Amino acid sequence: MLDLKGVARYFGGVRAVDGLELTVGDGEIVALIGPNGSGKSTTVNLIAGVFPLSAGAIYFRGEDIGGLPTHRRLQAGIARTFQNIRLFGQLTVWQNLWVAQNALEDRARRGFFARWLGGRARAREEIFQLLEFSALAHKQDELAANLAFGEQRRLELARALASKPKLLLLDEPAAGMNSEEIGQLRERILSLRQRGVTILLIEHVMELVMGVADRIAVLNFGQKIAEGAPAEIQADAAVRRAYLGGEA
Amino acid sequence: MDFYFGLAQLVGVHTLLGLSAYIVLLTGQVSLAQAGFFAVGAYTAGMLTVLAGWHLVPALGVSALVSAATACAVGFPALRIKGLMLVVATLAFGEGVRLFFFNFDYQIAKGEVKVGPLGGEGFRQIRFFPEHGWSTLEVMLFIWCFVLLVMALLWWIDRSRYGAALRAVGEDELAAQAVGLNLTAIKVSAMTLGGGIAGIGGGLYAHYTTHIEHSSFNILVATFALAYPIVGGLQSVFGTVVAVIFVQAFLIEGLRDLGDWRNLLFGALIVLAMNLRPRGFLDARTLASLKRVFGGGPRA
Repeated sequence: MLDLKGVARYFGGVRAVDGLELTVGDGEIVALIGPNGSGKSTTVNLIAGVFPLSAGAIYFRGEDIGGLPTHRRLQAGIARTFQNIRLFGQLTVWQNLWVAQNALEDRARRGFFARWLGGRARAREEIFQLLEFSALAHKQDELAANLAFGEQRRLELARALASKPKLLLLDEPAAGMNSEEIGQLRERILSLRQRGVTILLIEHVMELVMGVADRIAVLNFGQKIAEGAPAEIQADAAVRRAYLGGEA
Repeated sequence: MDFYFGLAQLVGVHTLLGLSAYIVLLTGQVSLAQAGFFAVGAYTAGMLTVLAGWHLVPALGVSALVSAATACAVGFPALRIKGLMLVVATLAFGEGVRLFFFNFDYQIAKGEVKVGPLGGEGFRQIRFFPEHGWSTLEVMLFIWCFVLLVMALLWWIDRSRYGAALRAVGEDELAAQAVGLNLTAIKVSAMTLGGGIAGIGGGLYAHYTTHIEHSSFNILVATFALAYPIVGGLQSVFGTVVAVIFVQAFLIEGLRDLGDWRNLLFGALIVLAMNLRPRGFLDARTLASLKRVFGGGPRA
């Protein structure tokens, strides 16, 4: 699904991501963990196309997407959420999902004018399902800015799903959540996998990472220091020293 | 009565000017170029009716297209700059247009007299309305047909997915790209539509004043264009109309008897209005309560 080959990003002299190799297979949930400043978010931004690559290449379903602008990558099937929530606060919940329906299949199915200038009716069914999935149906006409924190997180996830992604990049989706909300998030992530969405998860909350990930990659100073199944990572001495803590 | 019809003409034209800035503001772009597009429309329509002898309606169509094309050309470089830098760049463009018309001569002889734009002297004898014997009332109704047409168009856009996308870009460009919106297409299309609206407004302006010159399109006009939608509120196109009536009919005409005090009050009242209604006259809450009162009225 996704192949990072020697991916690097330098900010001046800082090597935020430095020669990263990572593969995410179809239907897999891969977690990327590491201490603050280890290059996790930069990696997501590189895959989503926020910054250009300094070196290396990114292949998505066999195609080099390194030069595509952000919106083209989304249309190709890569959606994301943000570490610090970025909703359209003055749009309603419904509108937040509506503007995000930009999947290629939607573009092909509906004509240009129907897509942009047509009414809400055509979009209703799909958005209703997203609202149900995110437990936001009762808030559909609320402005996104007026939602509670947990609701905003759910809306951001729903907005990413509105483009029917094949690969979903989740940048710290559990930040600031209590353990009940983390439990619900876990259920959502697992049910997305059931539907065939591949997920790259960036997270500090080990409770979530260990619960959902098939494979974990650990970053430190922009480089991958370990990769393996959750149990292997927990036992890895280098990872403990760099990140998980404990007296290894 | 003619005084009020004349005032309604002015309000109509300024509404078009304000609406041209409204759609651009939705995408978060603060543009001082609207007076420039207004000028391009005014000169284009004036030259077509006076020099080429066209009817006003097709002339307005062409002036909308020419202004839209100009705005599209301004839109692309404007993509690379944001905030204050965009204000400065669009201001420079607007002044450039004004200076162009300050130096623009294109006169042809028509019978005894020469007609057409003459540099600093301006463009006189745009006499389509008097020549065709239109009364002030008829001109006013003609202008408002276009205003209502444009308002209906923008109202529809506001309710469409395109309208939601404009606002999404205005709120957060990074997130807008991340949900698959093409920033270039959305910002440039908004600028182009705004240019077209300003072009129609300019064309109408040229014909009801019958005389335009470079100073009719100065920075003050550009500031008014921005002020209307901001004072009126960006929630709905109706806010812009309310603001134009407030500024042109109340502050400028209504307070005319106050003499010099008016200029002083003018600024103070605008500041007061913005303090009392920071999100504009018609903000989300006011619109919601209007909707309750009138049931099924304008939707924000």
